[in-house]
Amino acid sequence: MHEDRQHEAELIRRILAGETDLFHELIRPYEKMVYVTLFTMLRNETEAEDAAQQVMINAFRSLKLFRGESKFSTWLITIAMNEGRQRLRKIKRAAEESLEDTIEEPEGDFTPAFLTDWREIPLEALERKELRQKLRGAVEMLPKIYREVFVLRDLQEMNQEETAAALGITIPAVKVRLHRARIMLQKTLVPYLKENAPARKSFFGRLFQ
Amino acid sequence: MKLECNQVWEHISEYLDQQLTPEVREEIEKHLEGCVACSATLDSTRNVLILTADDRTYELPVGYSKRLHDRLERVMREKPDPGSRQS
Repeated sequence: MHEDRQHEAELIRRILAGETDLFHELIRPYEKMVYVTLFTMLRNETEAEDAAQQVMINAFRSLKLFRGESKFSTWLITIAMNEGRQRLRKIKRAAEESLEDTIEEPEGDFTPAFLTDWREIPLEALERKELRQKLRGAVEMLPKIYREVFVLRDLQEMNQEETAAALGITIPAVKVRLHRARIMLQKTLVPYLKENAPARKSFFGRLFQ
Repeated sequence: MKLECNQVWEHISEYLDQQLTPEVREEIEKHLEGCVACSATLDSTRNVLILTADDRTYELPVGYSKRLHDRLERVMREKPDPGSRQS
């Protein structure tokens, strides 16, 4: 981890000194992170791709402003979120999103789905493509403040401090929102997780009923 | 301290992130042993996180990387030095 950061710092220094081609190498590990973040915000592949390109261009042009106080990835994700928000304001979903913006803590039921007939599902059930599609859909449906935290923490695997810094919120807020996001997703996905669990028909079957 | 189901649910996220104190963690584990419903809730929430971390859940469009670097290349040629203070 530490070496990566040193390597990045060295790359940035050289890019700023004129070896601009190294910018390709600098951003390569984050191409997917930037795209996925924008996709979860914009919900459209073409728009997300165009936005991701713009983010990298913006990052290139303002690289001299990167001070190295945060990680490069955190800096980049902040640029991505700003680009995403700007685009959201422009496109037709603007009205709905700005409404969402005003709701700081949406009302909701944050208790998980209560399960009495659950059997631990085998990992191969999680291999199903439909399940991944359902998860993407469920993430899209999350209220914005929960979706943003979930995307940074569980999808981009940023830590609490980085997430708080990128979103300009406190660590306790990160924790509460992440918890709620996960519970809401659990609730939405449980029926599909259950459906996907094949019935166990072996003679041990009864043990799992 | 004996935990009720709803108290366990409140801690699920921190439990999965291993952020609980050993005492609370132990209490939760004790509860989980005897509570099928809470074990199932924990298990299904963990499944959601496994799915989320799966690289195939979100995939890049075909050719994305090439298009990105091609466009960057064009931009870099316009303004080759990002360190330059002139604009």
